[in-house]
Amino acid sequence: MANKKVNKKADIQILDGNQAAAHGAKLSRVQVIAAYPITPQTPVTEKLSEFVEKGELNAEYVAVESEHSALTVCASASMVGARTFTATSSHGLAYMHEMLHWAAGARLPVVLACVNRAIGAPWNILNDQQDSISQRDTGWIQIYARNNQEILDSMIQAYKIAEAVYVPVMVCYDGFVLSHAEMPVETLSQEDVDQFLPPYQPHTILDPANPKNYNLVTLPNPRANSENVLCHGYMELRYLLQETLQNSRETIVKVGQEFGELFGRNYANMLWEDRLDDADIVIVAMGSLASEATVAADMLREEGHKVGVLGLRVFRPFPKSDVVKALKNSRLIVVFDKNISYGSEGATCSEIKSALYGSNVRAVIRNFIVGLGGRDIKARELTDAVNKSLPSLEEGALNNEYPEWICYI
Amino acid sequence: MNLDETEYLLPGNRTCPGCALSLAYRHILKALEGQAIVTVPASCLTVLHGMYPITSVNIPCVNTPFASTGASATGLVAGLKALGKKGLSVVAIAGDGGTHDIGIQALSGAAERQTDFIYICYDNEGYMNTGNQRSSSTPLGTISGTTPILGKQQNQKDITAIMEAHGIPYVANANAAYPLDLYEKVRKAKAIRGTRFIHVFTPCPPGWDFPFSDSIKIGRLAVETGWVVLYEVENGIFRFTSASESIARKDHLRPVSEYLAEQGRFRNITEEQISRLQDRVNTRWNRYLARADAS
Repeated sequence: MANKKVNKKADIQILDGNQAAAHGAKLSRVQVIAAYPITPQTPVTEKLSEFVEKGELNAEYVAVESEHSALTVCASASMVGARTFTATSSHGLAYMHEMLHWAAGARLPVVLACVNRAIGAPWNILNDQQDSISQRDTGWIQIYARNNQEILDSMIQAYKIAEAVYVPVMVCYDGFVLSHAEMPVETLSQEDVDQFLPPYQPHTILDPANPKNYNLVTLPNPRANSENVLCHGYMELRYLLQETLQNSRETIVKVGQEFGELFGRNYANMLWEDRLDDADIVIVAMGSLASEATVAADMLREEGHKVGVLGLRVFRPFPKSDVVKALKNSRLIVVFDKNISYGSEGATCSEIKSALYGSNVRAVIRNFIVGLGGRDIKARELTDAVNKSLPSLEEGALNNEYPEWICYI
Repeated sequence: MNLDETEYLLPGNRTCPGCALSLAYRHILKALEGQAIVTVPASCLTVLHGMYPITSVNIPCVNTPFASTGASATGLVAGLKALGKKGLSVVAIAGDGGTHDIGIQALSGAAERQTDFIYICYDNEGYMNTGNQRSSSTPLGTISGTTPILGKQQNQKDITAIMEAHGIPYVANANAAYPLDLYEKVRKAKAIRGTRFIHVFTPCPPGWDFPFSDSIKIGRLAVETGWVVLYEVENGIFRFTSASESIARKDHLRPVSEYLAEQGRFRNITEEQISRLQDRVNTRWNRYLARADAS
């Protein structure tokens, strides 16, 4: 914390991931919270309700009757200028799907904590990342936390990013692995966070004195308004959302940099690099698995391999050029996915391959599907997967059509 | 009665000729005196509001997905409250598909939470914006796009009764053919806090298959036959209003068959179905008479 600019004494608390998310929302001075209970997200909603009922957080807490309504409440409250928060998991996120598109399409800076959980059928309440990965194409920025400190820090950064670019942000963290695991977390002072995060300014004001219609039917082609000024068609609005996502890297890194300058933990990156400088074997993982992968890397280094870890912090926008730079020395890339794009491969593996196409990196890429529905992932299983992939370096096939699964089939 | 002279619904909108929704909406907005934010799901009203970047409505409006109207209103109310903004009514306006069917969960949730807003359901008894398919507000015996030959085999849902069962401070039944009664009901609702629900009967010439010039005639016939009853329930007190009040005094309803006969949508209705509909109207009418007496 040597380069910390704020002078407040660090307050270290033992928090689980859900409490960290709730503290992050509270410190961000959210004004409207709407949520519906689902395991393993529920404690977030309870903690925030407690903050509101105790008078520690001046916010409207709306105990809605569904996740679809939760995100609708956030979207509409955001339209009138309130800072909004919701949290969900799994089926809840799937139920929000329509509104995820709507919030991004209307350019509303809602922040959502996604406590990653498997999706049925069959029922399973434990962790994987199929839920948020399935919402990849809804236009949201997605940030994945490796530990509880990152959950709290990312929540606060999420508002600053979202409100700068008018794109909603999903802060994702692994159910139970983080949500119910207690760790020391530095909670920031309100004064310091206020210094970092200015009040939200909506892009459109709903005022009878100057009435505006939000999200009218929009035609394929540009159309002139009553003053004969040509206005965007539907496709131009979609282009602008994509352009904003493309360019949001700059904002994400800048916000992470500012956060680091104030609080001593630097987030001026799209991904986490662990010993990549000399590594020719790289493990790629996202969320808490990126932490565990460092243990696997330690073990492999003891066996004499030069192994590093690439942890994906931001999945959307996908940091293609950062990935290419980080993997420039790699000969073998082993990508672990806690999701599966059925009929294809793990979603992060596809992204890595896509990023590397046309680059100078000519590495063998192997994809392993792990940890679905809460299946425990041991560091030894990660090292076994890397060892199993080593002969591919001699065999020469860069790519496998389909992933391997670490399971009993 | 002095209506607000300002027009919030401007000429040149995209509704069909004879659209009763246009007429109703004009009076609703006048009653609100423009001091409102409206939220609208997918519906004929979306069409009325126009296409970007031009709108025919001079009032702040939020378009929201089909199932979400009650929740959207909740969000607007929560947001305004959080920001300390006062003096604006939040008004949700949806069709019968968006209210009785896909939107009932969000509406019921908002009403249970006693959300401070006005919900107006304009009821054209079917999915008219998508070209006339049956909804749970489509009457027994109706020919529609999804009941094309046999007609609908089930009765309508009584949405006003469902909303009253939420224990909200104000519910009312209105009819676009009685715009001043509708206007008064919106004015009254505007002054009350909590969830207020107004059901507005809006005859639909193309969907119901009657001449464009006959929307008012059909609307009036509906009241005169007891198919639609104009009433309000304020804090549990039932009261007939407007034409239904005088009909109740005389206790004379015209036969429902006169109403049905004017509309092509009932062309395949059976005598048995007509008799069932008449029984339904009679039963409901007697229930209302008893409630009015008790109030």
